[in-house]
Amino acid sequence: MIMTVAEAMVRCLEAEGVKQIFGYPGATICPFYDALSRTDIRHVLVRTEQNAGHAANGYARMTGKPGVCVVTSGPGATNLITGISTAYMDSIPLVVITGQVVSSLLGSDVFQEVDITGSVEAFIKHSYLVKDPKQIGRIFKEAFYIAGSGRPGPVLIDIPMDVQKMKVDFEYPEKVSIRSYKPSFKGHIGQINKAAAAIAKAKKPLIVAGGGIFISGAEEALRKFVHKTQIPVVNTLMGIGALNADDSLRMGMIGMHGLPPANFAVGQADVLILCGARVADRTIPNPGALSKQKTIIHMDIDPAEIGKNIGVDIPVVGDIRMILEQLENAACEDENGPHIDGSHWGEWLEELQKRKASYHPDYSERKNYVNPKAFMHTLYEKLPEDAIVVADVGQNQMWAANEYSVRHGRFLTSGGMGTMGYSLPCAIGAKAACPDRMAVSVCGDGSFQMCFMELATEIQHNIPVKTVVFTNNRLGMVREHQAVAWDNNLTAVFLDGSPDFAKLAEAYNIPSARIHLDDQIDIAVDSMLRTDGPFLLEVIVDPLEPTL
Amino acid sequence: MKHTLSVLVENQAGVLSRVSGLFARRGFNIDSLAVGTTADPRVSCITIVVDDKENAIEQIEKQLNKLIDVIKVKDFIPDEIISRELMLVKVNATAQTRQEIKELADMYGAKLADLTRNSMTLECCNTTERLDNLLDIVRPYGLKQVIRTGSIALEKGNESFTV
Repeated sequence: MIMTVAEAMVRCLEAEGVKQIFGYPGATICPFYDALSRTDIRHVLVRTEQNAGHAANGYARMTGKPGVCVVTSGPGATNLITGISTAYMDSIPLVVITGQVVSSLLGSDVFQEVDITGSVEAFIKHSYLVKDPKQIGRIFKEAFYIAGSGRPGPVLIDIPMDVQKMKVDFEYPEKVSIRSYKPSFKGHIGQINKAAAAIAKAKKPLIVAGGGIFISGAEEALRKFVHKTQIPVVNTLMGIGALNADDSLRMGMIGMHGLPPANFAVGQADVLILCGARVADRTIPNPGALSKQKTIIHMDIDPAEIGKNIGVDIPVVGDIRMILEQLENAACEDENGPHIDGSHWGEWLEELQKRKASYHPDYSERKNYVNPKAFMHTLYEKLPEDAIVVADVGQNQMWAANEYSVRHGRFLTSGGMGTMGYSLPCAIGAKAACPDRMAVSVCGDGSFQMCFMELATEIQHNIPVKTVVFTNNRLGMVREHQAVAWDNNLTAVFLDGSPDFAKLAEAYNIPSARIHLDDQIDIAVDSMLRTDGPFLLEVIVDPLEPTL
Repeated sequence: MKHTLSVLVENQAGVLSRVSGLFARRGFNIDSLAVGTTADPRVSCITIVVDDKENAIEQIEKQLNKLIDVIKVKDFIPDEIISRELMLVKVNATAQTRQEIKELADMYGAKLADLTRNSMTLECCNTTERLDNLLDIVRPYGLKQVIRTGSIALEKGNESFTV
């Protein structure tokens, strides 16, 4: 059928089942917006382009499909760069569409021209600059396939304005075939058997569950595997919620800001099974020493992750869900093969459970301030079971992470990049994907001021999220770092000049509350959860409150 | 240790930038990089000589394979390849030294590509090591300019590394 490329772009999105996109228009992407106006695809207008990336990120994480964001050329595209790199670091599938100046002017530094495909090269899975209108269908088909398959990630399509206006005889390809891109899914059976044999011989096995669990939809496979084998589980920041909070095999988050019982487990284990975790420095700070002491089994869909940060004894490349299912079968073999049922590491499990039970977070009452750990604990207890909590970056992130006790909900955060200002736009994207579930953004007064422009987005598009702001008038985690590592030379961490957040909320017509005492937590959380629509709850915490 | 990687890629705009950018940002050391088309005009071959540790080479291969436009990567075994590099070297030459230089050049199979009253330009195609030797030999006459293509390589024998 003959149509403009812009219309074809919209057909491509429809063919991919895209229902909502996040964006910010400008001149060079207007042909697309013109075509978009004649479809049922919902466009959510964010208030700065970076947040189109974060919202599409939240949307993708909740739907399991690539999130789509659209911006204009030049500053629109460069503003989005942090959104792209954030998605790249956490392996979140995005299809990013950017307008570009007309092709005949490319390379001549005209108004709002920037080489965006070149700019994002280091942190994008793939990118296209569309010059031939006939390629539009193939490129979109490939982009969605590449973004969503294998190890997911962002894919960029840069389209000059004149190309968008060209006519094309359009048909969306049914199949995609890229000779140089064939991700493998099933684990190699030889490697699976080696892993099973190593686990069968283990005395203190431990699973480290990372973000790959969610990407491959392996939550149930993990639960079944560990319940059959009785292998205890710790999680990374990205793996929070891989096992439900009340699961007796769950030992908590590891890493620099992880819980002592969980880090103890990593230290003591003799066989460490890394499941979709990339061994980042904040999670496993001493990989060299660990790989010498233990048998490391590393399971990941990206072969390049294996051996990159930690020496590995048994690599298994593939989709984590499939590998866990294969491993479960291998673990149940009888006759001569391994039979793994946890019978010979009962003591190990018992010890970990004892340590977990005897670890008590500090919920003690603070004078004139709210204890943020006690607050998060209460919030989680009162939240609906399937709530989505998006933590920002800094102390708020670690309070939210370590107190996590959601049952069937999700915990989202920017793990790899640690992008401040992620929580509100991501929560908007997550809520847009799951309108029936509650979405809560948890941030600090620093990160909130990096994203509060998006309060307008949730009002305009009726995507209500709850926002919790921990106020300490500081960049709390940097302050803590300067106190410890820089001889308490506190520099540029004071947030004086911040607005009154209650008045700010009022300006957006969003109800709000502010608490500064522990005994106000219950009532405040109740009233936030009871209120229909958006709500802003400001929680005043001690500037000296420690992260752990 | 030096490794010769042969990388078959889609012959498209931006591919070379992606490949070379990968080396820069991940801190891998490139000795040389040469690129050209193959018998199939849709496919280019990039020959990269890398000087790095064994585990870095493995990581380079894996990272290269992650690039969508990279079709195949092979880390060649040093003794089992034929590798060649082209060098042009402009060297000071007077009527007195001309014959001497010509004789040295002949020993390396280098040809005379250009001649002026004060200089000679030699053209030599050989292995990187032989070119290094030739350079050392003619260096005392005074090098005016040296330019090299970087190695290209393929495996000996009947097998061929294609898509």
